[in-house]
Amino acid sequence: MFQSALVMLVVSFVSFSLFNFVGDPINNMVGEETSDQERTELRETLGLTDPIHIQFSRFVVNASKGEFGISYQLRRPVSELISERLPATIELVVISALIALISGTLLGVYTGIKRKGILSDIILAVSLLGVSLPTFVIGILFIYLFAVILGVLPSFGRGEVVDLGFWTTGFLSVSGLKAIILPSVTLSLFQMTYIIRLVRAEMMEILQTDYIKFARARGINERSINYKHALKNGLIPVITIAGINIGTLIAFSIITETVFQWPGMGFLFIQAVQFVDIPIMSAYLVFIAFVFVMINFIVDILYYFIDPRIRVKGDVASG
Amino acid sequence: MSFLKINNLSVNYEMRKEVVHAARNVNIEVNKGEILGLVGESGSGKSTVGNAIINLIDEPGKVSNGSITLGDINLSKDPDNIIKYRGKKIGLIFQDPQTSLNPILTIGEQLIETIQTHLDLSREEAKNRSINLLKEVGIKEAEKRFDNYPHQFSGGMRQRVVISLALCCEPELLIADEPTTALDVSIQSQILKLIKKLTKDRNLAVILITHDMGVIAETTNRVAVMKNGNLVEIGATKEILVSPKEDYTKSLVSSVPPTNKKISRFKIIDKEKRKLVKNNIKILDRWTKKEIKKQKLVEVKNLSKSFDDNFFTENLKNSVMAVNDVSFNINEGESFGLVGESGSGKSTIAKMIVNLFKPSSGEIFFDNVCVTKLKKSIEMMKFRKQIQMIFQDPYSSLNGRLKVKDIISEPIKLHNSSISKNDLNNYIIDLLDSVELTQKSAERYPHEFSGGQRQRISIARALATQPRLLVCDEPTSALDVSIQAQILNLLKDLQEQLNLTILFISHDLPVVRQMCDKIGVLRNGKLCEVSNTEELFLKPKHDYTKELLHLMPKIESLYK
Repeated sequence: MFQSALVMLVVSFVSFSLFNFVGDPINNMVGEETSDQERTELRETLGLTDPIHIQFSRFVVNASKGEFGISYQLRRPVSELISERLPATIELVVISALIALISGTLLGVYTGIKRKGILSDIILAVSLLGVSLPTFVIGILFIYLFAVILGVLPSFGRGEVVDLGFWTTGFLSVSGLKAIILPSVTLSLFQMTYIIRLVRAEMMEILQTDYIKFARARGINERSINYKHALKNGLIPVITIAGINIGTLIAFSIITETVFQWPGMGFLFIQAVQFVDIPIMSAYLVFIAFVFVMINFIVDILYYFIDPRIRVKGDVASG
Repeated sequence: MSFLKINNLSVNYEMRKEVVHAARNVNIEVNKGEILGLVGESGSGKSTVGNAIINLIDEPGKVSNGSITLGDINLSKDPDNIIKYRGKKIGLIFQDPQTSLNPILTIGEQLIETIQTHLDLSREEAKNRSINLLKEVGIKEAEKRFDNYPHQFSGGMRQRVVISLALCCEPELLIADEPTTALDVSIQSQILKLIKKLTKDRNLAVILITHDMGVIAETTNRVAVMKNGNLVEIGATKEILVSPKEDYTKSLVSSVPPTNKKISRFKIIDKEKRKLVKNNIKILDRWTKKEIKKQKLVEVKNLSKSFDDNFFTENLKNSVMAVNDVSFNINEGESFGLVGESGSGKSTIAKMIVNLFKPSSGEIFFDNVCVTKLKKSIEMMKFRKQIQMIFQDPYSSLNGRLKVKDIISEPIKLHNSSISKNDLNNYIIDLLDSVELTQKSAERYPHEFSGGQRQRISIARALATQPRLLVCDEPTSALDVSIQAQILNLLKDLQEQLNLTILFISHDLPVVRQMCDKIGVLRNGKLCEVSNTEELFLKPKHDYTKELLHLMPKIESLYK
């Protein structure tokens, strides 16, 4: 907890400095014909003449309320922009994380058990391809194949979106569902490869351990050995990696969102970079850090449920 | 008609370059209600035979010949069928209870799953059965502990759980592969008693695989001796151990340290002829011979060490006193033994003496200098040069990326940076010679050596700085008996000729008896008793010492 708070504080300081010290915020805000007096007034009202630590604490307080100021380019509050774009990114990331986790684990288990099969070799070879090719190349290939040649899936956008008031979802319309397939698969490929290899290595190691041998010696059937005994143990490190990787997914989504013109936060960020829209950039930075910290926190809690050795720490061996 | 019949069993491992015969034409029979011991050194194929019965040989091993029958079932006829008999007809116990249970399933889940695999019982019935079993193997409050995870049990209790798992579907044959090797003496005796009792109560046929002759002598009815995959001798335990017919069995029995007397050297039968050439230790010329002063070299005063779990909340309630107010002296030229069970703090003391750990309180004097107060690194170096350590595991204590000559030359160069290259090479050769290794070994890497040879390299490295005190932390517990005998002989010779002082740490009482002049018995960080070796073994004063002596498996129990 203490660590998480510290990380958040440091990141907010970085994004605060970005906001305040990279260029003059007033110059970014106002036009050329503004007089010096008006500028000073603006400076006063915005509190830019206060000492740095007061400014920073104001920034932190505002950030914790979700206020990051007003976008230079779009002239709208950043919090509004983000909450508008957030559902798109979250949906994309959740879907690709699910794809990566589920298919990664299944394929990993398969290749871990059938080490010498031809199919395992093919899976591993293809997955290697998945890591070697950059995401945007894969995305473009997918667009070319499925949207241009076959014409079955849309090449950009979110499709039809249903507004639920606080959330806009693409899950409720056919075109929305169709639209999410290509970007989410593209985004998940890299992580999937990672998980396949990790699960495979874990399975191979665990299947050699004494307790698996002992389970075999007791006549437990292979299916239970593979899925109940081995996989459950193998998932412990996978969860750590997967947690960190969901954070990376969000970061990677910048590229995918750009390729597919996905109206998410990554796309917003890219646009903000082009126009030096610092409030959006700093808000994005804080937001990503927050996601990472939260995920780590959740992973720690998950550990507690999965690994009994952590759960009953302090209850030392007795008897 | 015997219950288990192994007929002409051969197991081959087909490697890339050669075929390794892990077992060759082995014939063994076991009756119901009988414990058959299977002894041999590492690589003798004893575990292979056990695994072959249950068809669990690791890849690329294969049963190439022979048949195994259990009652009227031919197990080797249809190898796939064995899955039905695993757990149901044949139970298997492995060596290490720490690793043979799945860490993330409760022992109850593991028991119920096994029972339901083989017997048609409801979950409730299976649970009741498991609880009764846990009670039978001596686990208290079985109902409560049923839902515990393996890590909540101590080593001995865990092995009991393993036994209950192996027996939960009432197999008729139990194969125990080194079931007590990882356990302390007192727990070992409990587990062996339990196995004996279950054998009698359930009329089991038991194969007990072990390298420990004491265990064999005290537990088994018959014994089979194996070497390099061949069955050397099989017969009644008493006959084999008291009057062995084969040379190999003789040498095996003679290298077991006797528990009832002290001998000057171990007899090593196949080496004896060559050994007549007196071991001339060349490094003696370099050794600045010290006069034999029978005075204190090491003095330990009120030594304590606690390990705290938490750096911030250093409260006394949570801290474990690994060593608690220990005092003893070691005279120059003497060997002092520290014995105790795991967790008794014996290794912690050793590490404090060589200054790898800082004591929490108390003082250590070496040659009348208080080493715990040394601050300057120059003084510390002087002191480190005089004390060297030999570790337990010869596999992890040598750097695998360095050649043997580099391993040995490192301490020499550290303490004598001006040594010439020629001189250094000669010194290394002399050192290797003194631990009975050839000159050629200098150019090789540690993985090319066997466990015993590696331990010799460790000794050579320790001798390189011409120490006065040698701290040996379980130097032979990872080695086979015959190798152990050679290493112990070597240490004795070196001590005699170099006038070394040795602090010898071991859990193995017979070994300590052979090696040491004085012994300290440790329990839970406290020193129970210090006395001369013979006095300790013949007239132990402390209750704990008496208990330890009583529990240690004695090969001599057969002679009576």
